[in-house]
Amino acid sequence: MKVKNLLKAAIRSLAKNKMRTFLTMLGIIIGVASVITMLAIGQGSRESIQSQISSLGTNVMMIWPSASSTGGVRMEAGTSQRMTLDDAKAVAERCPSIMYLTPKVRTSGQMVVGSSNWRTSVFGVYPEYFDIRNLKIESGNCFTMNDDRSAAKVCVAGQTVVTNLFGENADAVGRYIRINKIPFKILGIIEKKGQNAFGQDQDDIVLAPFSTVQKRMLTITYIQSMLASAKSEALIPQATEEITEVLKTRHRLGPSEDPDFTIRTQSDIANTATATSRIMTILLASIASISLLVGGIGIMNIMLVSVTERTREIGIRMSVGARGRDVLLQFLIEALLISLIGGLIGIGLGMFVSQIVANLMSWPVTITVQSIFMSFVFSSAIGIFFGWYPARKAARLNPIDALRYE
Amino acid sequence: MSETIISVKNLVKIYKMGDVEVHALRGVNLDIHKGDFVAIMGKSGSGKSTFMNIIGCLDVPTRGNYLLDGVDIRSLTKDQLATLRNKKIGFVFQSFNLLARTTALENVELPLMYNHKVSSREMQERSIKALEDVGLSDRSEHLPNQLSGGEQQRVAIARSLVNDPVVILADEPTGNLDTRTSLEVMAIFQDLNKRGITIVIVTHESDIATFTKRNVTFRDGRIIRSVENEKPRNAKEELALMPVTNMEDDL
Repeated sequence: MKVKNLLKAAIRSLAKNKMRTFLTMLGIIIGVASVITMLAIGQGSRESIQSQISSLGTNVMMIWPSASSTGGVRMEAGTSQRMTLDDAKAVAERCPSIMYLTPKVRTSGQMVVGSSNWRTSVFGVYPEYFDIRNLKIESGNCFTMNDDRSAAKVCVAGQTVVTNLFGENADAVGRYIRINKIPFKILGIIEKKGQNAFGQDQDDIVLAPFSTVQKRMLTITYIQSMLASAKSEALIPQATEEITEVLKTRHRLGPSEDPDFTIRTQSDIANTATATSRIMTILLASIASISLLVGGIGIMNIMLVSVTERTREIGIRMSVGARGRDVLLQFLIEALLISLIGGLIGIGLGMFVSQIVANLMSWPVTITVQSIFMSFVFSSAIGIFFGWYPARKAARLNPIDALRYE
Repeated sequence: MSETIISVKNLVKIYKMGDVEVHALRGVNLDIHKGDFVAIMGKSGSGKSTFMNIIGCLDVPTRGNYLLDGVDIRSLTKDQLATLRNKKIGFVFQSFNLLARTTALENVELPLMYNHKVSSREMQERSIKALEDVGLSDRSEHLPNQLSGGEQQRVAIARSLVNDPVVILADEPTGNLDTRTSLEVMAIFQDLNKRGITIVIVTHESDIATFTKRNVTFRDGRIIRSVENEKPRNAKEELALMPVTNMEDDL
């Protein structure tokens, strides 16, 4: 039988039982739609994590001193006091793959303005920190290296800090806050960044010149960590090698000895985060696939009923010359049509539901071409797989028995 | 003698029902020539239906030879048998066996759909021609449930002759019809036979057999009698003589 005639016959017999065809299709529609929606949510959250992490800079590198040990008792990472400002300067000078570098010290402080107070982290950094982290000043100015040299009592503040100390939409530039009883002049406000991928508020922060925090607040002589950016993402491995060499030489460590510091890159963190959300996506999609499978079983069920119902028709067709494969193809095409049309409607419904989820719950969703293609292929495969057995059953009927069937 | 279309020698068919063997045919010999009009008669269980199924290539014999239009069907596969049915045989059944919810024209087209060599246009032209041959060209778009029994059987006859078969096999074609429509159907068969089409019908009504050229009687799986019908009755003439019955007149 020609393909055109086969299609015509299949469409006619599906149209004869509209309600039944629709209900069978519904199984596939729901299955495909939920796969599409789950993949869209999973992909969306993965992309939003990725973009948030890369907004911190994909070429960012963190250099931490290793754990210190006192009498064999090892302390937590970053507690070693062996990293100094001279190390930072040496790395900045002698590593050509590095674009920006800043030493970093961190403390937390109780800040007071009038009757309001708020506790948050204070980072002591060079102005390069802004370039490395992609931070921008919204109003006012940033501190300069001159402020650092004089350990000036100036700072820039994040929006959360400003809101909590001065109230909503207050202009805090030029005003003073007391951090651990030391008065700091606010030079500028950092542009709002919102929560990061891990739910931390990135605006709840105060940045001050490095030496101000190191000398005035912490009164230490070492640095807690360094933050650097490679000239490009591709140069990160090279930059890692350069930093390792410089620091090992300065710390008099042989090439075979373990370094007394750790270098972590932003892409390490990004990989971990996206791997987590990928597992989540796979989990969601496999639960959704089960409903697609159930839909497929529905097709098989209906096709088996249909073969029994139409035994006589099969007998007539065989008596006028239909071969086994003609009958097989006819039933297979019917199953395929149900699953394909169901799949297409399901894709449409899935995209629609994804949009609703995006709008109502303001979740990030992304529908990829692959997920649409995959659902399409998957649903037609289900049609063929579950349609095969009933179609083969029809094709193997004995024409005499089929003609006599009541 | 004209060309032999069906040649059957020592045909034996044994059905196995569990341990019991049922001998449906016990050695049947029969030759049917081109242009023949044969009625196969016999009581139920005499083997006539089994014989029809075998010469219709729906079933294969246990033993014996069968040549259809020179082809030995014992050497053929299931698919080859289907193709043979499609090209050389037309079936007419007692219960019409039309596809429900499918127009008369499309029912007639069905055999040609399984013939790859026939184009869509040729398929339609030949089907309309076949419907004209049975006098139903004005009913081509009707569905089977909108047609009377006689009309349905005429559609089935049109379907059986659309593929230009070497033989039309009719299994109790008048079994579900009243006297008048039975005559109409027989008139069509006689018409087709006059045009040279070979026809074999199975019937248990001796009345119907008198319209054919040759009567073959089966009993217990054997042919017990095969007689030429010297003077077949003419269905068309008898139909003309029949009073037109009208329900209102009867009442």
